[in-house]
Amino acid sequence: MNRKILASPYIIWAIGFIILPLFMIVYYGVTDGSGAFTLENVLAIADPVHYKAFGNSLLMALGSTVICLVIAYPLAYILSQHEGKASNIIIMLFILPMWINFLLRVLAMQMLLSNTGIINALLGFFGLPAQRIMYTRGAILIGMVYDYLPFMILPIYNVMSKIDKDVIEAAQDLGATVFVTFRKIIVPLSLPGVISGVTMVFIPSMSEFVVADILGGSKILLLGNVIEQEFNLANNWNLGSGLSLVLMVFILISMAIMNRSKAEEGDTMLW
Amino acid sequence: MRKNMLKKIGRYGLLSLTVLGTTLAAAGCSGGATAEDDNTLIIFNYGDYIERETIQMFEEETGIEVKYEEYITPEDMYTKYQSGAIDYDLICTSDYMIEKMIEAGDAQPIDTSKMEYLDNVDQKYMDFCKAFDPGNEYAIPYFFGTVGILYNEEMVDEEVNSWSVLWDEKYKDQIIMENSVRDAFIVPLKLKGHSINTTDKNELLEAQQMLMDQKPILAAYLVDETRDAMISGDAALGVIYSGDATVAIEENENLTYVVPQEGTNIWFDCWMIPKSAKHKEAAEKFIDFMNRPDIAMMNFDYVWYGPPQKSVYEEMDEETRADSTIFPDEETMNKCEVYQYLGAEMDTFYSRLWKELKAY
Repeated sequence: MNRKILASPYIIWAIGFIILPLFMIVYYGVTDGSGAFTLENVLAIADPVHYKAFGNSLLMALGSTVICLVIAYPLAYILSQHEGKASNIIIMLFILPMWINFLLRVLAMQMLLSNTGIINALLGFFGLPAQRIMYTRGAILIGMVYDYLPFMILPIYNVMSKIDKDVIEAAQDLGATVFVTFRKIIVPLSLPGVISGVTMVFIPSMSEFVVADILGGSKILLLGNVIEQEFNLANNWNLGSGLSLVLMVFILISMAIMNRSKAEEGDTMLW
Repeated sequence: MRKNMLKKIGRYGLLSLTVLGTTLAAAGCSGGATAEDDNTLIIFNYGDYIERETIQMFEEETGIEVKYEEYITPEDMYTKYQSGAIDYDLICTSDYMIEKMIEAGDAQPIDTSKMEYLDNVDQKYMDFCKAFDPGNEYAIPYFFGTVGILYNEEMVDEEVNSWSVLWDEKYKDQIIMENSVRDAFIVPLKLKGHSINTTDKNELLEAQQMLMDQKPILAAYLVDETRDAMISGDAALGVIYSGDATVAIEENENLTYVVPQEGTNIWFDCWMIPKSAKHKEAAEKFIDFMNRPDIAMMNFDYVWYGPPQKSVYEEMDEETRADSTIFPDEETMNKCEVYQYLGAEMDTFYSRLWKELKAY
């Protein structure tokens, strides 16, 4: 009984802000303007404009996930090998941006990347030609990687730093080279962290739209932009909800696939 | 429609608020600032669009407490208004949105009988407003302006006088278009000599094709950031509201604003009283207060958009009167059109065209 009372604030929160809105999205998604049942809004994903936007979102999400992983994995490995002040400071440096509002960070990126921005001013100082970065796909990717990188580093680092040193030493005692130890011990044991990181970067990236608006100059249409437009500009909540449902189902399926590979490893979830 | 970068944050904050408000309203527990107090006035206006001191003066003189809220686009405003979370008493918004709201039965006629300063509003602007409010019943103009081209003379070495410059390959990656569906369509429609209020789908499809052809040479579609991008020299040409242009020119003297010879949209932001109003009399008092010569001047001094009040025009110096960013000349004025609401079907058609353009 006592426990139930303690949980009540969260339960009220969850009902009001998670479950009810979810039901509303489902309701709007499978009805038309007059409230009659229809699957049209969900099937609208087959519209060339929508699946192209979906493809763009998928591409951007995969791109930012891969780049985050490539940057985060070696870093997490190095940090986990060198416990101490220096690595704490580096971890701190990666967490620090998370304390600043997401939009402020994107706006700061705008200052860095624009034609007359800081990066181009530096290039100019060294006599190098100015680069057009702002309002390109590259700018969107940079913005997304910058925003989501901490979500990749932290889970991988957590898992790696918990790997028992004895296991690694045992491998070395038995004659495994550094490379073999890494491949046979560290990679499999760090996999749950990688899967958590990939999930935490990939899922929010799929529904991204603010970064595409600000850094992409609204030229590249992502599924998130389409949904935003349906709600705000076209006032078609039914279509917006229908497309949100498609995105949600897609994310659930990809989570299920990732969870399966994790279950095979026989490890607990981190998120 | 005056915006700055911080407002961008506001926009997305507002978006989440809208969603939240909608959730609450639908759940049957309408939250938000539903004022029971009779002595308040809830105003909903564009961001950064009033001299704040005038609100204080109104509060002091009338004893009415003003609750003031801001939004970025008329669509944001309407979504939030419709959610019903807050009963707004007075809304300042743009012509086509007012027409839409009148049509939807969301507007109340304004009682002008007690207004002292209504005569101060120039009749010629009231006549323009008849395009969206035929009997001048529902809306009193607050500011007006045009949409035109702002260009950087250091980067553009020709005299710009036509919309066609926005298709010139010379300026690849240097052109900023309006990121707002109807404003973007002004450009090809006027270039082809069509009305910006056309409902001819072939004309609109042709305009869409022109915008698609233009897309590869564009730097970006922006709304509020256009001003900053033009000031910093990030782009050579930008489609912009006249008021934003005035501010940009003050910051960067190489910038020039033109209303192209083919004509453009002249827009009006007006005060209107929505159906939800619980304090209609206070709202009417506020509208009248806005037209009082000293208050109108204070707001003009802050906003720098076209003031519809005669007193402001009379008080300003020659130089300001001759400023074409504020007052277009007679000939240009004749080729300008006020937006009309085209109906729900055209709304859907337009947003379809827009989505296709963006996906192109």
